[in-house]
Amino acid sequence: MAILSLGGFALVAGIILAIATRAFHIEGDPIADKIEDMLPQTQCGQCGYPGCRPYAEAVASEVAEINNCVPGGERTMIAIADLMGVEPKAIEAEEAIPMIAFVREDECIGCTLCIKACPVDAIVGAPKQYHTIITDHCTGCTLCIDPCPVDCIDMLQKPELIEHWSWPLPDTQRSRIGHQRRESHQHV
Amino acid sequence: MSDSSLFQSLMHSLGLGHSDFNGGIHPPMHKITAAQASEVSPMPPVLIVPLKQHIGEACIPLVQIGDHVYRGQKIARADAYVTASIHAPTSGKVVKIEDHRIPHPSGMGLPCMFIEPDGHDTIDPACLPIVNWRENDPDLLRERIRQSGIVGLGGAAFPTFIKLLRDRHHPVHTVILNGIECEPYLTNDHRLMLENTRQVIEGMQILMHVVQAQKAIIAIEDNKPDAAEAINACLSKQRLDLTVEVRLMPTRYPQGSEKQLIESLTGKQIPAGKLPLHVGVLCQNIGTTKAVYDAIAEGIPLTERMVTVSGDAVPKPKNLRVRIGTPMRFVFAQCGLEDFDDIQILHGGPMMGEKLRSADIPIVKSSTGILAMHTATMQSVHKHEDPCIRCGHCSIVCPIHLVPNLLADHCRNNQFDKAEDYHLFDCIECGCCSYVCPSNIPLVHYFRYGKGQLAQLTRERRFADESKARSEQRERRIERENADKAARRQRVRAETKPVLDGKNSTENDGDAS
Amino acid sequence: MSEFAVILLSAVLVNNYVLTKFLGICPFLGVSGKTETAIGMSFAVMFVMTLASTSSWLVQQFILMPLDLLYLQTIFFILIIASLVQFIEMLIHKISPVLYQGLGIYLPLITTNCAVLGVALLNIQQDNTFITSALYGFGAALGFSLVLILFSGLRERMEGAPVPTAFKGAPLTLITAGMMSLAFLGFSGLVKV
Repeated sequence: MAILSLGGFALVAGIILAIATRAFHIEGDPIADKIEDMLPQTQCGQCGYPGCRPYAEAVASEVAEINNCVPGGERTMIAIADLMGVEPKAIEAEEAIPMIAFVREDECIGCTLCIKACPVDAIVGAPKQYHTIITDHCTGCTLCIDPCPVDCIDMLQKPELIEHWSWPLPDTQRSRIGHQRRESHQHV
Repeated sequence: MSDSSLFQSLMHSLGLGHSDFNGGIHPPMHKITAAQASEVSPMPPVLIVPLKQHIGEACIPLVQIGDHVYRGQKIARADAYVTASIHAPTSGKVVKIEDHRIPHPSGMGLPCMFIEPDGHDTIDPACLPIVNWRENDPDLLRERIRQSGIVGLGGAAFPTFIKLLRDRHHPVHTVILNGIECEPYLTNDHRLMLENTRQVIEGMQILMHVVQAQKAIIAIEDNKPDAAEAINACLSKQRLDLTVEVRLMPTRYPQGSEKQLIESLTGKQIPAGKLPLHVGVLCQNIGTTKAVYDAIAEGIPLTERMVTVSGDAVPKPKNLRVRIGTPMRFVFAQCGLEDFDDIQILHGGPMMGEKLRSADIPIVKSSTGILAMHTATMQSVHKHEDPCIRCGHCSIVCPIHLVPNLLADHCRNNQFDKAEDYHLFDCIECGCCSYVCPSNIPLVHYFRYGKGQLAQLTRERRFADESKARSEQRERRIERENADKAARRQRVRAETKPVLDGKNSTENDGDAS
Repeated sequence: MSEFAVILLSAVLVNNYVLTKFLGICPFLGVSGKTETAIGMSFAVMFVMTLASTSSWLVQQFILMPLDLLYLQTIFFILIIASLVQFIEMLIHKISPVLYQGLGIYLPLITTNCAVLGVALLNIQQDNTFITSALYGFGAALGFSLVLILFSGLRERMEGAPVPTAFKGAPLTLITAGMMSLAFLGFSGLVKV
């Protein structure tokens, strides 16, 4: 009797849950979407994945570490850590200064190889014509450097604009302590 | 914070007592230049005119290097909406156009036009007054104000014509002239009210005509009774048929802030994200009103402004009528200050002004005052920030009911999303909280930091979204090209198959791929 | 009617499950880092606790007692709770994947949340009727939610506070929980149960 009633009850619960699984089935991976929204979309491949979306999927399925996005830096890593509910990890690569690519036009032979390499279509030009880089669109991913057969592409520091200037943190001891605490970031 | 003001604030938060804005402070006013008549500054050897002196888009130069320009001639314009064109401050020759430091806390530069005065100060013959402005269409006057490059001269430098927009759903019934000047040291509006009373009142009438308002209030703090008297005398002499009220307000900082003043005068609070327009009010600064008069009744665009030169390091502090673009070093020299060792220069008042790194910076449209202070008198206490003791004084004095200590915590710890939840962007950076903080926490500085970081985050986010869109577009294009290629190959194969044997067609395949 | 009010008030404040009975401490410490997750957890627990207390009462009355199977009580109750938790887990995964990620292991751990089983068992012990047991379960969950959300608010504030190194992290969290517990002692005597 005992086994029967317990078994019967478990069966009922099981059927309800089976129906619920069907009803609440989810398509795609919403966490990967969220992570992708946090990534800087440079498509630079420095994380070892061919783009931001593949890296987001790898992080969401916990295949990749959260600290591999170089251009995103610490801020992106902490945002992902918060979302995934995991400990933040140290970033190995140094915080990079924002750079943009620049074509030395008199040396360019117009081979279009860099145009093909650019993941965000930020290079304009035609065969046998000078190529140039739309500075507003360049993400500084450096993917155009290697394909160039004559090495005429330089990475230059992104020019600072007065409109984009922002106040630094106040220079007091406590502000620095507070800042570091957040940067080293410990969760309970 | 005295007991009585604490009581007032309590009454206010309970909704009792008279209508007034919340909080505020009473700093020492140091209005040392108030009783002194203003002087006209001589012309400097070279004028440095920045091509962006307002909130909004930068301007494109209209003249070439070597060109001769007249005073009031438009030398730069912009096509964007939120912008104000720039005019030559005097007649002379354009020497060069290059980057030069402007009054900005970053110490960075912007393209500036260098003009060498020819000494004649000839006004551009194209500058014609609209004498019978009363009979003119308000939109035409508004366009003239727009073409005259007038921006808010109280320090914000927001293009004035935008505020003069007439909206059918929100008709403006009251024009408020802001003669509060609540910042310590500054007296330029005070002197304008005394010396150019008639012009200010006529400017006010022009503004009323432009927005079709029936009523005007001239708000003056009670530490300037002479200004109120002068205006009253002028009003009674003119016997205006308009309802104009001169209101003496108890002195309190930051009463001169637009939203706070409107709350004090009308009892109406302007909701976050709304404009004075939405409560039927237009608020203009005294200096701006005078500039409007100059632009309409005299025909002269904004080329000159009143600047208070003061501070404890200035031997002869005074108000000067200065052409836009005059280097500060030249202005200070007329007040007896030539050596800048151990001296800090502030652009604007001591509460909201910004510290400048050099005296070789031009006066711009937003320069209400320039102060030179001995480094020793400048507060260095903010270097030693103590822990917050939760006394709550910052919340009591905050005119917009924020909780500064929490906001500062969030900004310090890079929790910007939370800071935004606590309405960081409603902060007007008046500095009351930093002023009263017993722990010397540089609260406003934290807010500026937080705002900058949030703006940066938004920019990065937008850039990332654009990059993503471009990258997706590229992927779709490559896919399409590949599909096209495959289709073409198939077609070629189908066409060539009957003619060629199998070996050739595989070669063909290899070529295509 | 006043009886219901007394039951609710007593479950929420006076006999608060977390701070006076010290049940359900695990999620209380585990998911109180962020207010958003705490609110999500609160709803999950509210759902599970209310349904668990009613369905366990039904099982007790209509299966266990008639069939004389009282010795299987715990197993039955755990079965009910586990099924409910599975259900809510799927529901949350569907509705809010971020919350699902944020709750992490603590979501399935509601199963072993002693507060849930405690409510089910106490309902039987106190001879509650169907309605009072539902109310009691809901009240207990409400009390749990109240302290969890309050605590997460406190912890969010403390995140930015300058804390001496020795107190950082778990020590400070436990001390704060202790102080909250002391504060809740003040409610004893509000309702006599």
